[in-house]
Amino acid sequence: MNRVTLVRLCVIAGSVLAVEAMCRFGVINRLTLLPPSEMATYLLHLLVSGEINQAMIQTFSNVAIAFVLSVVFGFVLGAMIHAIPRLRRACDPFLASYYSVPIFVFYPLFVSLFGLNRWPLIMIGFVFAIAAMVIATLNGLDRVPPVLLKLARVHRMSRSAEVLRVVLPAAGPYLFTGGKLALAYSFIGVLAGEFILSGGGLGYAIAYAYDAFDNRTMYALMLFVLIVVTAINSALFIWEQRLLRRRGRG
Amino acid sequence: MSVSHAELREVSKVFPAAGGQGDVHALGPIDLNLAKGEFIAVVGPSGCGKTTLLEILAGLAVPSAGSILFEGRPVRGEVPDGIGVVFQEDASLPWLTVWDNISFGLRREGTDTAEIRRRVEDVISFMGLEDFARAYPAQLSGGMRQRVCIARTLVLEPRLILLDEPFGALDQQTRLLMGDELLRLWRKTGATIFLITHAIDEAVMLADRVAVMSARPGCFIDTVKTDWGTDRDSRVVADERFGALTGRVWTQLRDESLKSVGRGVRRVPAVALS
Repeated sequence: MNRVTLVRLCVIAGSVLAVEAMCRFGVINRLTLLPPSEMATYLLHLLVSGEINQAMIQTFSNVAIAFVLSVVFGFVLGAMIHAIPRLRRACDPFLASYYSVPIFVFYPLFVSLFGLNRWPLIMIGFVFAIAAMVIATLNGLDRVPPVLLKLARVHRMSRSAEVLRVVLPAAGPYLFTGGKLALAYSFIGVLAGEFILSGGGLGYAIAYAYDAFDNRTMYALMLFVLIVVTAINSALFIWEQRLLRRRGRG
Repeated sequence: MSVSHAELREVSKVFPAAGGQGDVHALGPIDLNLAKGEFIAVVGPSGCGKTTLLEILAGLAVPSAGSILFEGRPVRGEVPDGIGVVFQEDASLPWLTVWDNISFGLRREGTDTAEIRRRVEDVISFMGLEDFARAYPAQLSGGMRQRVCIARTLVLEPRLILLDEPFGALDQQTRLLMGDELLRLWRKTGATIFLITHAIDEAVMLADRVAVMSARPGCFIDTVKTDWGTDRDSRVVADERFGALTGRVWTQLRDESLKSVGRGVRRVPAVALS
């Protein structure tokens, strides 16, 4: 473990301990915030008792579907836009301003299109995430060094071999970043959708606990979401750094 | 060295108009005969079409007029079997180790695993890359990465090797040493070598014949035979004839370079040549 990581962990641990102390000594009201140790204990109870299993399954499966759809369709769409310059000129302004559109306003439209089931939420996550993947794909394909495309021709590669053996690996770091962002956006889209618009899932469970003044459940679930998202992002970050180090960019 | 290995007949290249400019006549007409086993270097002012010429000979670009023959067969827009190309830019594949970079072409061709191992080990040893076989290109210097690219070309045992300013990004000392290695591999493989370079001394040191190109549209204006023995190396720079030969090439090239520089300032469109 290097010094920066150690300092970072110390800062986080110190902050948690400070919050714990302030809650224990009454500086922070229990109605406002629970001590982190109590959140963790109650989260353990929720996990062991299986009370949130259904919500977990619903949320994580929705996120997974939204993520896979956004990565696959985002990549295909990005590759298409990259291949057709006229289409790109037409799409550029939309992509540039995409995240200024409040995606959640489309929920009623998704309900009328897909019905009252999991799909409107998945679509929120998907629509929220796909632009990140499209933009990352365009960035990646733009940055494939032309000399590598010439190399593929020198090796008399077919178009499919060129894409699989040269273009995709060369664009890999950008596609990876796109995937990382798509996962984060899928989480945000699905969880926020559940929070506001759904009758199930972790987002809904947090909202329900909040409405019922059930601070223990609310904070335990918030801690759970935080731990899961941080763990996934950290794992992806470490993986990404390892890949970039190989290419001398880490 | 009298058998014709590759031949360019009346080859020229015109790039179509772009951005309101007129057509750009980049190259030619050019006639060139490459004898089997010959080492020829081409020098010329910036933007005279050297790289275009190499790409046409490789089959990476299609000429606007004229024809190219390699081993008696026409070349047009596809790289024929038996031609290897080393580019000026770093063309190592950064996601593969040195070993995987070198075996890249052989695996593509579906060569037997034992044969891949044998040939890659041979080339790695020949190029002095033994200690770096498991390293990634990012862990190597520019010179070492170019050595990997040369090794990747060599392992396919090409009969005609085209090099586009392969040492352009290297310092002078490394270039001289890489030149020695290039001569060593030329002697070992017996391949025909076509080298594009902007460095007159490098061309004179390495080649049997130095072809001098004019400013755009690039045509050959002189051919200088060096008459070094096949066992030559970078020490020929100390030979008294070396100065005379480089002087002759520069005399031809000077006016063309001035034309090129002058025109570059005033009229050359940004899209002209890559």
